[in-house]
Amino acid sequence: MEAFEYANPTTLPEALKLLGGSWSDAQVLAGGTDLISMMKDYVVSPKRVVNIKSVAALHGVTQTPKGVRIGATTTLDELASNPILRAQYGSLVTATLGITSPQLRNMGTVGGDLCQRPRCWYFRNGFGLLAMKDGKSLVPGGENRYHAIFGGGPAYFVSPSSLAPALVALGAQVTLQSASGSRTVDVANFFVAPKDENTREIDLKPEEILTEILIPPAAGSQNATYEVRHREAIDWPLATASVSLKMVGGKVAAARIVMGHVAPTPWDAAKAAEWLKGQSITEATAEQAGAAAVEGAQPLSQNEYKVQLAKVSVKRALLAAAGKA
Amino acid sequence: MPDYSWPPMDKRRVMGKRISRVDGIAKASGKAKYNSDLNPNDLLYAVLLTSPHAHAKITAINTSEAEKMQGVTAVRVINGAGKEVQWVGHEVALVAATSETIARDAARLIKVEYQVMPHLVHEQDLSKASGRTRPAGEVTTGDPEKAFQEADAVSEGQYGIPVITHCCLEPHGCVISFDGRKATFFPSTQNVSGMNADLAKGIGIPVTDIHTHQDHMGGGFGSKFPTELWHIEAAQLSKASGGRPVKMFLDRRQELLIAGNRPSVFSKIKVAGTKDGTLTAWQSQTWATGGIGGGGLNADQMPYVFRNVANRKINHTAVSLNTGGSRAWRAPNNPQLSYITCCALDDLAAKLKMDALDFYLKNVNLTARPETYRYQLERGAEIINWRKLAHLRGEGGSGVMRRGLGIGVNMWGGLGHDSKCRATINSDGSVEVALGTQDLGVGCRTAVQQVAAESFGLPFESVKVLIGDNQLPVSGASGGSTTIGGVSVSTRKATLNAVNKLFEKVAPALGTEADKLEAVDGRIQVKGNPAKALTWKAACSKLGPDKIEEMGENVSRNAAREGLITQGAAGVQMADVSVDIETGVVKLNKLVAVQDCGLVVNPKMTESQIYGACIMSICGALMEERVADQMTGQVLNADMEFYKLAGIGDIGDIVVDLDLRPEMDKRGIIGIGEPCAIGGVAAIANAVANAIGARVDMVPVTPNRVLAAMGTIGKRSA
Amino acid sequence: MLSDVKDPTDTKQPQESPKKRKSPFSRRGFLQGLGVTSGVLTTGVLEQEAEAAATAGPVAGPGEVPITLTINGKPMKVSVEPRMTLLDTLRGKLDHTGAKRVCDRGTCGACTVILNGKVAYACTILAIDAQGKQIQTIEGLSSSGKPHPISQAFVNNDAQQCGYCTPGMVMAAKGLLDRNPHPTEEQVKKGMSGNLCRCGTYMGIRKAVVEASKGNVVARGVDHA
Repeated sequence: MEAFEYANPTTLPEALKLLGGSWSDAQVLAGGTDLISMMKDYVVSPKRVVNIKSVAALHGVTQTPKGVRIGATTTLDELASNPILRAQYGSLVTATLGITSPQLRNMGTVGGDLCQRPRCWYFRNGFGLLAMKDGKSLVPGGENRYHAIFGGGPAYFVSPSSLAPALVALGAQVTLQSASGSRTVDVANFFVAPKDENTREIDLKPEEILTEILIPPAAGSQNATYEVRHREAIDWPLATASVSLKMVGGKVAAARIVMGHVAPTPWDAAKAAEWLKGQSITEATAEQAGAAAVEGAQPLSQNEYKVQLAKVSVKRALLAAAGKA
Repeated sequence: MPDYSWPPMDKRRVMGKRISRVDGIAKASGKAKYNSDLNPNDLLYAVLLTSPHAHAKITAINTSEAEKMQGVTAVRVINGAGKEVQWVGHEVALVAATSETIARDAARLIKVEYQVMPHLVHEQDLSKASGRTRPAGEVTTGDPEKAFQEADAVSEGQYGIPVITHCCLEPHGCVISFDGRKATFFPSTQNVSGMNADLAKGIGIPVTDIHTHQDHMGGGFGSKFPTELWHIEAAQLSKASGGRPVKMFLDRRQELLIAGNRPSVFSKIKVAGTKDGTLTAWQSQTWATGGIGGGGLNADQMPYVFRNVANRKINHTAVSLNTGGSRAWRAPNNPQLSYITCCALDDLAAKLKMDALDFYLKNVNLTARPETYRYQLERGAEIINWRKLAHLRGEGGSGVMRRGLGIGVNMWGGLGHDSKCRATINSDGSVEVALGTQDLGVGCRTAVQQVAAESFGLPFESVKVLIGDNQLPVSGASGGSTTIGGVSVSTRKATLNAVNKLFEKVAPALGTEADKLEAVDGRIQVKGNPAKALTWKAACSKLGPDKIEEMGENVSRNAAREGLITQGAAGVQMADVSVDIETGVVKLNKLVAVQDCGLVVNPKMTESQIYGACIMSICGALMEERVADQMTGQVLNADMEFYKLAGIGDIGDIVVDLDLRPEMDKRGIIGIGEPCAIGGVAAIANAVANAIGARVDMVPVTPNRVLAAMGTIGKRSA
Repeated sequence: MLSDVKDPTDTKQPQESPKKRKSPFSRRGFLQGLGVTSGVLTTGVLEQEAEAAATAGPVAGPGEVPITLTINGKPMKVSVEPRMTLLDTLRGKLDHTGAKRVCDRGTCGACTVILNGKVAYACTILAIDAQGKQIQTIEGLSSSGKPHPISQAFVNNDAQQCGYCTPGMVMAAKGLLDRNPHPTEEQVKKGMSGNLCRCGTYMGIRKAVVEASKGNVVARGVDHA
């Protein structure tokens, strides 16, 4: 880890002022569960680290008429134990509990989960976000068992966020604040698949702070997350799916199906969701929706299995959302 | 000479009891000081700079900027200009500074120029390893060709088990101070008495001028025997820094890259049998790597345990890779051999449509200990409920969750190593035993104390045990399951020799001869007559200003003849798994380990060790794998995130069944560290095959591999 | 709050830091960073605020700064660079070596401490960031000299071998039981999922946590089984 300045602002304006114009100037520290490891590995070496945990306004879960607001520094543990979220957004709680380490849930924050960097082992070993060598990604010809099956490159890492698929399925938004103002972005659009090494995988500027997440009212929708994991111990999912269903008279009136850990962004299976409309959720329709969700997948040399896992995740998430798991 | 033989089972007062480990509270309260915990005054920190390339020639190295940095006291170039580095992590230079951060910053300021050279880091596909292979063993017995022709069934398969690392939680390293004449050495080691010789050579002082000490160590598993290059270089840094102590421990990445690993084995195996399930022929082509040196295997050890099959044709190839070198890894080569053998046999049983248990029972005569394996197979089957749960391969029902059972076997030597012990009886009645052994966490300290207390006829708590220092009587390195036998014999002899001296001293007071006395329940008494006795304290007070100091020794080559210890452990492991056939996720329900280990000094700790070995097997069967990347030459998972170890929720239920029958007990003590770490991988891999009706061609059995084996997905190349 | 407020542009701070990195936040650089020159905000206000941030903001380091950590109820003063982790500070500067450095990347749990009542990985927390929090380490569990019941239960159930993961396991168990005094075996497995052991002591740990949860842990020198 390189030396850095440490700032500990207590108000949001103060925090924003401490940020810089580039990522190497300053990085935001919340739970630190990703940033500190990346600094140890020299993947990032900011000159200043701005701790935002002392900014009280960024913390906490509140219910409003427009839905639920989750402050960015709310910890994953606070999220998972929040009665409002537990009652209405089971998909989000399940996704959070997929981070099986209590320590990480106590330390890690909701904002940090969305802003954490990919775990691609080429990236983490110093080969850059896109692992480019001589203008070509190392991933397709390399060790790609955990990489993307959607997106078609040049980014082959998978979005690491545990919460993002659930948030996208729930239609959530994030607020991004800079000294010059704030903007609200759908979580679905917050994640981008970079086309070059200098683009980030999230729509966040160095001078911005992700301050809150807004989830629209669940309003009777049924949601669930299913995750395929290799280990019960702390581990990354191999594939996940989060779904949100609006059921009318036992039939799907509207659906959102989002897969995780299969692409550089949460992967919205819009066609599958569209197909589900008017169907009731049965083993057979869930299976078919799963198959539709992975249509067009482009697995790499070592990860064809993830197509199957994504498909099963969708099926099982749908059955769980319909109370048939 | 005293009668050293162990008291009969029913007469043992301390040995054989489930005593809690003596250093348990120190460890569980954080008070135990490991050598990596030491913070002596004036401490310097050393950081190792290693090669980022899998193969390269160093053309230039410049340390001047690092040396100029404030706080840096010395820099050593380990491999300089002109030297080749042959794996990622190969040592280049070592820096000492007043803080770890300074040392780390300074190491990054060392400028190294490399001329990158071609590398090979994969061995699974032998056809891509041309020029990097060498024949490493060939055996033919009987007439394999004819046997295959005449067989009722022939099964062919491929079985792979990749390189895994030791991943000791306490990394390799030491705290060392060296003033040019004498060195004080605090390593993390499995070899307190023996580690100094190479260090002495390396730094050019007599071995007697090195003092080595270690109270606790955080895991070795076979990787912490030798004096390391880093130890020597750290000593030189200390010398160059005026003799200040230097702390040099590898970081986690380095630990996984260069501190040892277990060689892989990949294989193509053909086995044949008759209708009734008799194994008649074995043919295997195996290849393996342990790094640049290739990968050895005792070809004559195949098929593992069932070695007496009449017809065998075996050849082995070593593959040299640009990866960190292998080291002994808990039962060197045996887990791999057990895995490939038991999987090939299991496949033959499946081909014969025969229950695997019946198949093994049918073939126990091909082992060196048919009765033992028969007993263990039947015992394991009873515990795991085999007869009720078993089904033929692929007949595990039609649901999403498929259950299956599997078997793996083990064998090991475990004869006690050379060991010396000094026992002291003081005139105030206090007693002490001292030996230059080490406790790796298996409970050596506790076991020695039990053996000593038994001989003294004193309560367990009254014995003081000194270990972990090279100034104590020399005891062997802890490897190969040799420690418990070695230290038990030396302790038994030293303590009884001392007690015998005490008998001579007090016999007149009791009006009898020394050889008529016994030490029991805190008394010295005429054998079988508590009325004619002195308390231990009263007896010792007769020593006056004197004390008794006696030595005892185990000489390994004589040990079996003396009958206190022996070699030859056998065991069977059985696994019960459930596989989600849609996701390929394997859930271990139960692992049963039936193990023979002779006379057991402390069943509580013996069981712990077997639990641990089973868990290591679970890691190897389902999770652990070093992932090297041919594109870059890097090991991509030199961390604890993608180098996967099982957690507390991943291990199912484990049942340990120690074979404590009197006929086992009378064999004497046998080491248990290795054997129980052998059979579990095969047992789990076979249980998966039984459950899903297909053979997964390598471990760890990941969802990827299960789905490929089942044909759910078309291809798989990892 | 930070005990030391420094001008971030001052690189002449007393420090041992080898690389005296210049702050990027010269006023000019900072204003550019905010895109001020493009005139997004009212210049006057922003300049004032920017000046305040650049010259008087609560910024510490990159050299060593004195901090106070509350460890096992006691305030302890120590000087650290902002980049020092809590773990390295505990182990290297305060000789609290119960917490171990193993993965050093927030995965294995050997460094587990309890921060404000919740388990956390000390390897992945900056020491400077742990100011003002109640830091409980394994050294604080047995201040009376008597082993903590959880430690005792670990010994009773032989829930350790080499012992290097053990302090972290004990702290994780403490965190679990503080929160859920009577966990089921399933809850024990989930609650201890942030810690890894290499020797394979999980069977004993399961039993130890269950025994500790029942209270009245009595030292068991020998099992009578």
